[in-house]
Amino acid sequence: MAVKVVIPTPLRQFAGKKDSVDIDARTVGEALAGLTLQFGDLRKHLFNEEGKLRSFVNVYVNDEDIRFLQKDQTPVKESDVISIVPSIAGGLMICCICS
Amino acid sequence: MAINFKPDELKSIRAHGARDYPSECCGILLGHADGECKEVFEVVPLRNLRHDPTRAQELLPVHDPSRESEKNRFLIDPEDQLRVEKDSRQRGLDVLGYYHSHPDHPARPSNYDREHAWPWYSYVILSVEQGEPKDVTSWVLSLDRLRFEAEDLKLL
Repeated sequence: MAVKVVIPTPLRQFAGKKDSVDIDARTVGEALAGLTLQFGDLRKHLFNEEGKLRSFVNVYVNDEDIRFLQKDQTPVKESDVISIVPSIAGGLMICCICS
Repeated sequence: MAINFKPDELKSIRAHGARDYPSECCGILLGHADGECKEVFEVVPLRNLRHDPTRAQELLPVHDPSRESEKNRFLIDPEDQLRVEKDSRQRGLDVLGYYHSHPDHPARPSNYDREHAWPWYSYVILSVEQGEPKDVTSWVLSLDRLRFEAEDLKLL
């Protein structure tokens, strides 16, 4: 069963310039794993060295944040759309705080 | 790499920075990209979610809430982003990047900016000194994520 994953503009260059990709998956975790298996260069932008989703990567199923559903175990069906939405954050350098 | 602004849009960023001082302001840049050149047609000011520490900590916690706040951190609510992106797509505009201000600090990206940046987007930074908007610079994250590269910023 294929679910649509919408690729945000900054990551399209790592996904064959596609704005969306259909991936066979039953959960969000399976969909993201399938996506990064197909497009290996996406992996470092979505996951940290421990294989966890980076804290500034938000994932929505339709209009719902998976943090408030079942996270990567959130089930998906064929009509669902998974959106990868970057958390846009930053700030000036503060002395004596890491980063 | 270059990013071009209509004069009114750059004025809008400067006014936003002055208005929100001493907090960091933030917003989205909309327009069109052609290869390595971006043209900004519209700037959309957004709420800095660090003004709502409870919600901000749920989405993207800071290391030290006693020292990190809206005065030195910004966070855009992903729901605001989704809304603006959907609306801009319908109007045929792309999201080209984001802007934010550095109150009483140079318009240069920090390590924190870099660690949270995404490739391809232009990151425009405005320095606001004692409430007065000063330098504006633009940066793009390198593909290896190790540094920002300065981008030429010009007026259309």
